[in-house]
Amino acid sequence: MEEKDKLSIFVIDDSQYETRLTEKFKFRRPYAKPNPKHVLAYIPGVIQELRVQAGQTVKWGDSLLVLEAMKMKNDVTALYDGTVKSVHVQKNERVIKNQLLIEFE
Amino acid sequence: MSLASQMLEFFRRKAKVILGGGEKAIEKQVAMGKLTARERITAILDQESFHEYDLFVEHKCSDFNMDKKQLPADGVITGTGKISGFPVCIFAQDFTVAGGSLGLAHARKITKIMDHAMKLGLPLIGINDSGGARIQEGVNSLAGYGEIFYRNTQASGVIPQISVILGPCAGGAVYSPALTDFVFVVDKISKMFITGPEVIKTVLGEEISMEDLGGARVQTEISGNAHFFAHSEEECFEQIKRLVTFIPWNNRKRPDAFPARQPKPEFDVEKVIPVNPRLPYDMRTLIKSLCDDSDFLEIQEHWAANIVIGFARLNGETVGIVGNQPLVLAGVLDVDSSDKAARFIRFCDAFNIPLITLVDLPGYLPGVDQEHAGVIRHGAKILYAYSEATVPKVTVILRKAYGGGYIAMCSRHLGADFVFAWPTAEIAVMGPEGAANIIFRSEIAAADDPDAMRQTKVQEYTEKFANPYIAAANGHVDAVIGPHETREFLIHSIEISRDKQEYRPQKKHGIPPF
Repeated sequence: MEEKDKLSIFVIDDSQYETRLTEKFKFRRPYAKPNPKHVLAYIPGVIQELRVQAGQTVKWGDSLLVLEAMKMKNDVTALYDGTVKSVHVQKNERVIKNQLLIEFE
Repeated sequence: MSLASQMLEFFRRKAKVILGGGEKAIEKQVAMGKLTARERITAILDQESFHEYDLFVEHKCSDFNMDKKQLPADGVITGTGKISGFPVCIFAQDFTVAGGSLGLAHARKITKIMDHAMKLGLPLIGINDSGGARIQEGVNSLAGYGEIFYRNTQASGVIPQISVILGPCAGGAVYSPALTDFVFVVDKISKMFITGPEVIKTVLGEEISMEDLGGARVQTEISGNAHFFAHSEEECFEQIKRLVTFIPWNNRKRPDAFPARQPKPEFDVEKVIPVNPRLPYDMRTLIKSLCDDSDFLEIQEHWAANIVIGFARLNGETVGIVGNQPLVLAGVLDVDSSDKAARFIRFCDAFNIPLITLVDLPGYLPGVDQEHAGVIRHGAKILYAYSEATVPKVTVILRKAYGGGYIAMCSRHLGADFVFAWPTAEIAVMGPEGAANIIFRSEIAAADDPDAMRQTKVQEYTEKFANPYIAAANGHVDAVIGPHETREFLIHSIEISRDKQEYRPQKKHGIPPF
């Protein structure tokens, strides 16, 4: 039997079924609770400008960085007042979607 | 001038355009492992049946020195012909002519043959092999695409539309196949995407090959955009010829009937299903044990394999079959399988093909990814499609039919004309284990031996509810039947439903959840 033909135990409503699992099911991304202290890239792109550094205090609405994506310069702003703990990217760095950009304290 | 000299002139002109992009370009096409547009048409159609139109069409673009460029037949061959005697309209883009690029004249040839197909009520087969828009023609080439998409939409549900991707089909061009009913792809030849690897690399910095982005395997296994996968163009053409025998010319007709044949003896309906509903079997084997000659044409075989869809014949008449696949994810409904089944149900309904639903599922797939992917909306598609369909609908509940899954799989409540259940059917809100854990929660918790108590209660629930008789007592099931009489029951119910009439409130169109 090929690897993909192997049967696994699959539970629904406490009942166990013997069945094959699909690749999509096996590799589904487990849910992770979003961390409000993390600023993530909501679109893939390039960091055009960094406007804060670690230790800096920012207010709600302050610009943190400029993320250029699809020819648009997106101003990424602070969602609450706080202190920047660390900056995880550099200027001109290319980032993927959901990549960690900035961490708050 | 004599007729002979005029004929000579005609032959001279024809010979010039019929070679398409010329010998060098044809050599390149062959080197890519592809047949030429003309060879493809000849291979799909019955011998000598192709009648070509618009061979002498020319483009009118004069920008960028285009007025000095002759593009034979403007890069697309159009005409009519027959497949096993079954008339069709066909077009094939010719990659040897300016990369099969689509300009206005090219598009107008396609829309003309589409208009013919609509008026004559004939299936349309489109062979796509094109680099995309003819950039020199600017917005006119976009206009051409738009006019094709508009007609694909008008023709949807009126004539069957088949797209064959035999080369690149990128950017806006992919939306024509996407609007058609069946998309055929060939390994290593077909490439479909909205934005190609180059753009993805520049914009996003992600590197991926054309094959991994939108090759035939990707489109059949991951995206579900394609319905049929073949290893070669020849295999692909055989698949098309086979499909055409199952479907009608248009929505005013029924598919042609074939001589009735018994299922093959090696498929024994009584031996397919393990009685224990927790054990798997291949739904396709069960289908083969019921249909004529055990001949089942599966659609989208490699995508959302937890549901099986396809065409077969019962007593010579085409039926559309939808069955849960216990072999994959226990046959659950999820985002993809709902989408897959719903579109198929609507195709069958539009083209007067009775629907047979074979039920064996534990319900919808639980999970954050499913909920976040919109399983509510996608799952609703299958309810919508079944409820909307007015073709004969016959349902057989084989084993488990739990919860929302029971309702969704063409239950009596969604308008099934006949619902049959095997003695092994379990029609309940959920499986006995889950139900017992909820109903007898306090008893189980209070017991000295909770596990033994749970076992007792599961047993109790199974005996009481895990059967077809409560549903039958309520008339939700019309008859409890044995596996051996299933084929006969199906044939009879389809036969007596031939003149079924069912009216729906008048409306412009419904608003399905897509």
